[in-house]
Amino acid sequence: MIAHAIFFYTFSIIAVVSAIMVTASKNTVHSVFFLILDFISISCLFIMIGAEFLGMIMLIVYVGAVAVLFLFVVMMLNVAQQKNQWFAGQATSKHIPVGLIISTLIFFEIIIVIGGWKYKPEIFDLNNSLANTSVSNTHSLGQILYTDYIHVFQISGMILLVAMIGAIVLTFRQRSGVKRQSYIKQISRERAEGVEVLEVQSNKGVKIDD
Amino acid sequence: MTEIGLGHYLTLGAVIFSIGVIGIFLNRKNIIVILMSIELILLAVNINLVAFSIYLGDLAGQVFTLFILTVAAAEAAIGLAIIVVYFRNSGTIRVEEIDKLKG
Repeated sequence: MIAHAIFFYTFSIIAVVSAIMVTASKNTVHSVFFLILDFISISCLFIMIGAEFLGMIMLIVYVGAVAVLFLFVVMMLNVAQQKNQWFAGQATSKHIPVGLIISTLIFFEIIIVIGGWKYKPEIFDLNNSLANTSVSNTHSLGQILYTDYIHVFQISGMILLVAMIGAIVLTFRQRSGVKRQSYIKQISRERAEGVEVLEVQSNKGVKIDD
Repeated sequence: MTEIGLGHYLTLGAVIFSIGVIGIFLNRKNIIVILMSIELILLAVNINLVAFSIYLGDLAGQVFTLFILTVAAAEAAIGLAIIVVYFRNSGTIRVEEIDKLKG
């Protein structure tokens, strides 16, 4: 039990500090790195608590895909060049106290909800898809994911497809001055427009390209 | 203190959620950091769902976390595409210079 506590506090302190650094660091590339650290420590927590499939998926999806996507965009847009000081804007700094007040209010509301929930233990009664302890977490997750939640699963696949198409459509642009291959033009080419048979007279030659 | 229960995980989720909200409000740099704060908020929601799922012994929370993960990935892709298009058109993604909508 003491080892569980030590690991929990280690990973959660790393997660909280790196979450603060994501918002506070001046360099955007550093923010992305701290975001990666945050996701890694949270997925360690997930694996420790017993949700090992989700921990691994978090590692693959966030660290492997989303964070690399962020890094690519940060490098592509060259935001390091327009790096500026923390709280530089004089005219917009009046948002800061309002934001701090609202954030602390949200935090204390959630804490109050957590504290009040402790005194309502009857919420434990609702169990419809109980975890089967004889098989692994991944196995039992797969058993209900592809049976009870198959429609939601397919809808999430459609969401990914729509997101992919949307991202491509948004960033696609037609450049002028680039020679592109046109399959229709290639296939519909006739012999008559490509080849010309000429009668060549001796000592006269043929003039091409006129 | 040494007994780690549901409340500890929920408190961690609350802390990370609040840091994400603070990041959205106090951001003076660029929109990419705002997108990262949104990712932090979704992560906090995931922590809550997984903690409840483990402590109640109900796998529905973990399935739901999987779908939130999907939506978060899609949202990051679309948001970054929008940022790239905006940068191409206006040349800046600093928060205080984005005032086309006069908000």
